[in-house]
Amino acid sequence: MMEKKSDKTIKIALAGNPNSGKTTVFNNITGAHQSVGNWPGVTVEKKSGLVKYKDREIEVVDLPGIYSLTAYSIEEIVARNFLIDEKPDVVVDIVDAANLERNLYLAVQFLELGIPLIIALNMVDVSEARGITIDVKKLSEMLEIPVVATVARSNKGTSELLDQTVKLATDKKGWKPANLCYGGDIITGINDIEKLLGEKDIYSNKYPKRWLAIKSLEGDQPILDMIKKDEAIGQECSKICEKINKHIKITLDQDAESLISDYRYGYIVGITKEIVKRKKESRLYLSDKIDMVLTNRILGPIIMLLVLYGIYEFTFRGSELPVIWFEKFFELLSTIVSSILPESIFRSLIVSGLIDGVGSVLSFVPLLMFMFFAIAILEDSGYIARIAYMMDRVLRWFGLHGSSVMALIISGGISGGCAVPGVMATRTLKGSKERIATMLVLPFMNCGAKLPVFAILIAAFFAKNEAMIMFLLTLLSWFFALIAAKLLRITILKGPKTPFVMELPPYRLPTFKGLLIHTWERTWMYIKKAGTVILAISILLWIMMTFPRLTQDKIDSFNEKKETLIQEFLSIPEVNKIIGNGQGIVAFDKYYDLYAQGSEKEREIVTAYDKVKRGIDKIGYDEQSAALEGSFAGIIGKALTTLTNPLGFEYRTNIALIGGFAAKEVILSTLGTAYSLGEGVSEEPEPLSVKLQKEPGWNQLTAFTLIIFMMLYVPCFVTVITIKKESNWHWALFSMLYSLVSAYVVALIVHQAGLFFGVGF
Amino acid sequence: MKKIISMRNMSDKQAGIVTKVSVSGEMGRRIRDMGLVKGTRIQITGRAPLYDPVAIKVRDYTLTLRNNEADFIEVEVDDGEKE
Repeated sequence: MMEKKSDKTIKIALAGNPNSGKTTVFNNITGAHQSVGNWPGVTVEKKSGLVKYKDREIEVVDLPGIYSLTAYSIEEIVARNFLIDEKPDVVVDIVDAANLERNLYLAVQFLELGIPLIIALNMVDVSEARGITIDVKKLSEMLEIPVVATVARSNKGTSELLDQTVKLATDKKGWKPANLCYGGDIITGINDIEKLLGEKDIYSNKYPKRWLAIKSLEGDQPILDMIKKDEAIGQECSKICEKINKHIKITLDQDAESLISDYRYGYIVGITKEIVKRKKESRLYLSDKIDMVLTNRILGPIIMLLVLYGIYEFTFRGSELPVIWFEKFFELLSTIVSSILPESIFRSLIVSGLIDGVGSVLSFVPLLMFMFFAIAILEDSGYIARIAYMMDRVLRWFGLHGSSVMALIISGGISGGCAVPGVMATRTLKGSKERIATMLVLPFMNCGAKLPVFAILIAAFFAKNEAMIMFLLTLLSWFFALIAAKLLRITILKGPKTPFVMELPPYRLPTFKGLLIHTWERTWMYIKKAGTVILAISILLWIMMTFPRLTQDKIDSFNEKKETLIQEFLSIPEVNKIIGNGQGIVAFDKYYDLYAQGSEKEREIVTAYDKVKRGIDKIGYDEQSAALEGSFAGIIGKALTTLTNPLGFEYRTNIALIGGFAAKEVILSTLGTAYSLGEGVSEEPEPLSVKLQKEPGWNQLTAFTLIIFMMLYVPCFVTVITIKKESNWHWALFSMLYSLVSAYVVALIVHQAGLFFGVGF
Repeated sequence: MKKIISMRNMSDKQAGIVTKVSVSGEMGRRIRDMGLVKGTRIQITGRAPLYDPVAIKVRDYTLTLRNNEADFIEVEVDDGEKE
């Protein structure tokens, strides 16, 4: 923060309706120099950037996309507070030329606020293609502000926009609230309140008084509350508003608020009549024609299913290889570190704690990138709004909103997915109760990490009906999520339905640059998390599964057993002959291939060698298993058996489920360790599925109960952290608690019913 | 002949002029912010698979709203005739 910055830096705010191309303009101006964060205290994304333009430094703040400057949504409040508190030098309002009237509604409100304003009349190419010509110069004259025509997609008009912005900022004309022509009653009211406020000087520095007066008449709660801080003025102000409202009600059967917006739109229509020329009256644009197919009552849902299916194909097929590369990379890293560091507790921490833990999370990065890319296409093209439109009616039965559907699908609604981007995708629902409800039921979906665990269990116990069971599980997850949503919405999340009043933006071809930026922003958020919270939890879980360690006696006894096996092998006369005294068992390795193809006697030695190797592996696994059993996780797992016995889970399953809190795929590796197996060096290692089949106490019912439990129980902690970030700790903790209880209750019912009816043995 | 009906009862492709938005508070504000005020010309352009929400053309763009939200909006249409 150089002192120089203050006099040379120009602070501008980008404002505009959603879908006006604001983000593209922002990207054009800032390029790579942008940072993403949240507005303080709310989960609305804040983007800003610092760029050098000519000899000026420009700080650009991207305000949330809004339709109006009321206090209707968090976005509007955020934007409004920023303008009033930070007083940027210039507001650049991005106005969609093809949707002029509604976009000017916001511009008019900026004019009334009086902040130095410049309009970027964006997408003039689209409006021209529609046969609409806009007289830019006349618009500028009528509004008395600079207007620059731009085509953000192809970066046209950006430098002129910046030139004008710098010029306007340098002029320092200050705030000049515009006086819109309202009808007699409203004008009287505005004048009266303005005069009232003028008697005291408390607000005048921050807010234009006339604007406060208009807002009071509009019934704007935050402003009214502020005025009420001075009791006398507050009361007088309410009186005026009441009087005006009453009069308007009698004469026009309306209220002041609606009358004000009527006048604003009247003013806008007056302007557009002067400046807009239409070649043809046809109102059916290409976008509408596409909608006749894509949102057709019959074709629409079918196409939607195909599109969603396509996303999965794209995400999972596309990321298959990169995910393997990532996994291989971390495996390689483990191996290298293992070979460099001497065997010690420190090495175990680095390898099992850090690399494996963080690695398992980072391995998801390619998958998420593909997923985010696909979502960005849906968003930037405008299709996502259509999905919400088509699904709203169904989701409303369950107390959700049309916009919930995308989040549910991203979380694994078709099978495969991730609740982390899912939770982030609920942002479109704003601060509503539907949003919290959606967030809380998302983790029930079958995410990509649960799938491999399900797959193993299904392969082991339901080999005949694999596909059918998988499909059944997808249906069940929707069933549970929707039922849970309904229950939440009629109990703790009871509340009115969020209005659906929503724009279906025209279809647009996404730009590759825009898609990449979207994808990267979200991926980076995920990576940052892996570097911080996930790291900490990985270490914690490692500690739980490592300490307390086996006593030296026990370690010695395992080593002794290994040594006995080795000595037995080494004492075979032929072996002794070829590798000599004092050599370890590894010395035989170089003869292995030769002997394996040799005489019968030589092959016998090879067989004996294999047996010893397998024996050593087995002892190693027994040791790991014993260590796990004695660890904190093992102790907890055992302590939980009283609770989990009615579900048919034994302590090893419990340990795996505890590990699953870190990430669901950990269940698989923990089950592997806990059941004394894994990727053995020996030949013919038994796959986990085979091993589980042989375990006493495991049967179809146990497996199915476990699957149901895993589907519902505690979201992985990355999801919990994301829920916390998107709402608060209260909901994050609640999400853990209620899902655990739901999982337990449902699994208990399934298992006990299974036992009662004698199924699944 | 002109008559005034609620937006919910408009038939597909039917056009009309908004005569009244009879809801205040957030819902009313939201509806007006989106450009649905007295005197605005609208046309029904489609309905979702379960006949709800409804999509309309207003001020050159497409807006969707639920039927129970459309109930608040009164529209003057040509009697019996469809555009």
